[in-house]
Amino acid sequence: MAWVDGRVEADRALRRAIPGTALFDGDLAARGFALNAMCHSFNNAANRAAFVADEQAYGDKFGLTGPQRAAVAARNVPAMLAAGGNVYYLAKLAGIFGLNVQDLGALQKGCSVAQFRAMLLAQRAWVDPALDGLHLGPVAALWEHA
Amino acid sequence: MMAQVVGGYFTSHVPAIGGAIQRGEQQSAYWKPFFDGFPPVRQWLAEVRPDVAVVFYNDHGLNFFLDAMPTFAVGAATHYDNEDEGWGLPVYKSFTGHPALSWHIIDALVGAEFDITTCQAMKVDHALSIPFELAWPDAAAWPVKLVPIAINTVQFPLPSPRRCHALGRAVGQALHSWGGRERIVVMGTGGLSHQLEGARAGFMNPEYDRFCLDHLASNPAALTAHSAEQVAELAGTQGVEILNWIAARGALGDAPQAMVMRNYHLPISNTAAATMVLEPVCA
Repeated sequence: MAWVDGRVEADRALRRAIPGTALFDGDLAARGFALNAMCHSFNNAANRAAFVADEQAYGDKFGLTGPQRAAVAARNVPAMLAAGGNVYYLAKLAGIFGLNVQDLGALQKGCSVAQFRAMLLAQRAWVDPALDGLHLGPVAALWEHA
Repeated sequence: MMAQVVGGYFTSHVPAIGGAIQRGEQQSAYWKPFFDGFPPVRQWLAEVRPDVAVVFYNDHGLNFFLDAMPTFAVGAATHYDNEDEGWGLPVYKSFTGHPALSWHIIDALVGAEFDITTCQAMKVDHALSIPFELAWPDAAAWPVKLVPIAINTVQFPLPSPRRCHALGRAVGQALHSWGGRERIVVMGTGGLSHQLEGARAGFMNPEYDRFCLDHLASNPAALTAHSAEQVAELAGTQGVEILNWIAARGALGDAPQAMVMRNYHLPISNTAAATMVLEPVCA
């Protein structure tokens, strides 16, 4: 089924062709396994405390690669992603540093958090008024008038 | 009387919503446009009185790690607990399961050649708890039993929109062949467009979101023409959570649905947020 193979190849190519994006696939998952395993362990508060007490020793337990170790030490989010980190797991590491997803966004785009938040808010201009806000169907509209 | 699917409830689930609830910020200028969508949801739930929820969602590294990542996982537990997801936030309420219905769905899905993973123990994260907190904010205990169905939206290859829709259709057929008398609400959580990582962090796409919201009730097949990678391009890397909505819509069956309500607002956190309720058309 050549057309199926063609679609698979096109989809695989798209994983690296979206601007500013690398979709988390087998290549990145394999590269990032140790880093993501460490971040997954941070679901446990005692593990978070152990990391804070000695980052180096804690990373050793999970066998972080050189690039992963350097990226974590430098709090360099783009380098963590390049080293195979997945953002859902990195968010647990970011929490230890008191960073939320707006902080992460600013760090990745190289702007201030205020600038990143303003960029998010500015996208309201792209929302068609017909889409924006609450819309009730006939059944729910009846409740409003009851 | 047979079991009845009363309709579908769809909503975004980002962790920041839980933070806003815990801080009591629902009426703040920032959050009000999002929370304004929920009085109609609660009214509808009070009218249709579901006693079971079948919920399509994605786990964010609480129950599943990348050592063993199921594409589709169906819970068959007697109860489901939330736990610390890494941020030390208050833990959400537990859920009562419905193992007999879970196993009926599992039998039906495997019978329909969906090679799912079955979980007799399964922690559930904010993607499940937040939609419940939004729907029943004052409940001491959840008024519905839970059948959770987790879809991999984390690690490519993701299941295609077409496959997620087919999974949902098979779940819907299983619900109609269930011999109980339950009133069942189907839920799909997550989305809409958002991207947390990379130089495109902060990306949202109201045009694609509108396409999804406009077609979900009457023509969900329109959403299944894209590959999962194309959805990531259109909706952002976390916007692929629309797969949960597509599966849930499949479980409502092939007939067009009536829109009870929909709400759209951006941004909440880094996300374009939406809420929608669909129900069968009264013939």
